[in-house]
This record gives sequence, structure tokens and C-alpha cells, in this order.
Amino acid sequence: MKSAVVLLPGLNRDRDMIAALTKISGKAPVTVWQTDTDIPDVDLIVIPGGFSYGDYLRCGAIAARMPVLKAVAEKAAKGVQVIGVCNGFQILVEAGLLPGALMRNTSLKFVCREVKLQVTNANTAFTRGYTQNQIIRCPVAHHDGNYFADTDTLSRLEGEGQVVFRYAEGTNPNGSLNDIAGIVSKDGNVLGMMPHPENLIEAAHGGSDGRALFESALGLKTAA
Amino acid sequence: MIKARVIVTLKNGVLDPQGKAIEGALGGLGFDGVGSVRQGKVFDVELSSTDAANAEAEIKAMCDKLLANTVIENYSVTLI
Repeated sequence: MKSAVVLLPGLNRDRDMIAALTKISGKAPVTVWQTDTDIPDVDLIVIPGGFSYGDYLRCGAIAARMPVLKAVAEKAAKGVQVIGVCNGFQILVEAGLLPGALMRNTSLKFVCREVKLQVTNANTAFTRGYTQNQIIRCPVAHHDGNYFADTDTLSRLEGEGQVVFRYAEGTNPNGSLNDIAGIVSKDGNVLGMMPHPENLIEAAHGGSDGRALFESALGLKTAA
Repeated sequence: MIKARVIVTLKNGVLDPQGKAIEGALGGLGFDGVGSVRQGKVFDVELSSTDAANAEAEIKAMCDKLLANTVIENYSVTLI
């Protein structure tokens, strides 16, 4: 399985993401720049975290209007898997590839810590390597991770099983509605999540709970 | 040249933690009569157009596409 990582000015988790994908798939991902209008044939496109465009205007707002995002949307419409982590999630939401919005943490503080996540839908291309309701560890590092959607959107997400990760055991770090940490698109091939699974994939990270997500997406693991 | 002022505010029902913090700080300064504070944004945009109707339509398109996130925000446009 081939992967690509989207690069935009101000992202800072791109190297971590490239390292994780390289270690897990055995192949370095291709990289695409913000002005690229064409993305090579890959099975997985990842938008990493950081502070694209300095979080100016709204987190992810300007990045979402760059040409490469149009290319990402075209690939997503064809069924290619897309993952946005942290700022990547904010960018996907701003680009309209995922519903809702990510607002300032209710604490008004940047949170950098480990949380617990519950896998609330283990029946997606990204989570099939976990068991339903499994609790995993995952680091978070963000200032604007407070997921918001209107009541109709929220009940649709909940009803269709589009909420795939929820902060568990009282570890919601940002005030996110329904403890939402990660959602998938209606078609299930676009995942956005605030926590950083790429930072928990090997013993040197102190754990590997995030590894199964990439193994699932890359087709290396089809069941827990 | 036409100048426009765009005001972007959070929709009713959307939690505004920054507004809440400012509200608390105003209380701390001794302003007792503050019911609530909601924080928003102001954009002053200069357009080379001289046609007011065109300019307004263009600014509204800019709001829908970039200046406001209509999932959580409302906007208003005034030509100045």
C-alpha cells in the first residue's frame, strides 16, 4: 500500500508522520506540497498536525483553500483513504470533507498530555485493527480541539456510527461535544482526529497503541 | 474604491470560551453589570470596484468561502 503526506507551511508533525508511515509500511510516503494540483496514485493520504499558516483566521482555514486540498477532495471522492490528525483534522473540517468545526478548548489552554480513547466504531477501514469499545492510550497536543456540530449533524454522526474515537475515562481535554475525538465521513474513507496516533507506534514511544490505526489503513491488519 | 466592513460573530448556542474569559475579567475589574460577552472579528476590505451592488455580492462570496465559517459563525456586511 502506498501513502502520501501533504505538506503545508506551518505544519510541524510531518516528520513524525513520515517516520511512522515509513516504519509501519516499510516504504517512505510520497510528499505533496500545498500548490500541487495532482496527487500520485496512493491508497492513503495523510494531513499531519501543526500550525498551518500560523492558525491565522481560524485553525486550518487558509490551508483548506490551497490547491492541494482540492486534489485531496477529488481523491477522497474516488474512495482513497484520507487521515487528518490534529491540524489535519481542522483542515479537513474547514475544507468541508468532514462535518462540524473545531473550536478553542474550553479551558482556553493548550493541552499536551496523554488521554484515553474509546474505539466506538471498530468497523471502519481505520479502526478494524482494534476491538469494539477498546480503550487505547494516545497523546494530544492542541489549543483548538473542541468539536462542535449542530444538533442535527451530531445526531446523524452518532446514528450512522461516524464517531469512531471518544475521549474515555474522564480524559476529555477540550470540552468536545459528546467527548468526540475522531470522526469518519459518511462514506467512511475520511478520518479526522485530534489525538496523535503517530506518536505512539513503538516501544521507544512508550507504547504502540496508535500502530493498529495505520496498520488498518494500510491493509496490514484486518482484524484485532 | 469601495470599502466594506465585515463583522463575524459566533452563532447563538455556540460556546464562546474566550468571551466567557473576558466576561470574567471584566467582573474582576469591578464592572458588575456585565450580562455576557461574545467575541467576534472585524475585517475592513478595500475593493477596486466602484459598483456597490457588485462589491457587496463579492464580499458576501468572500465571507461564505473564507472569512466566516458558517457552521459556527454569522456575518454581516456594511459598505463604508
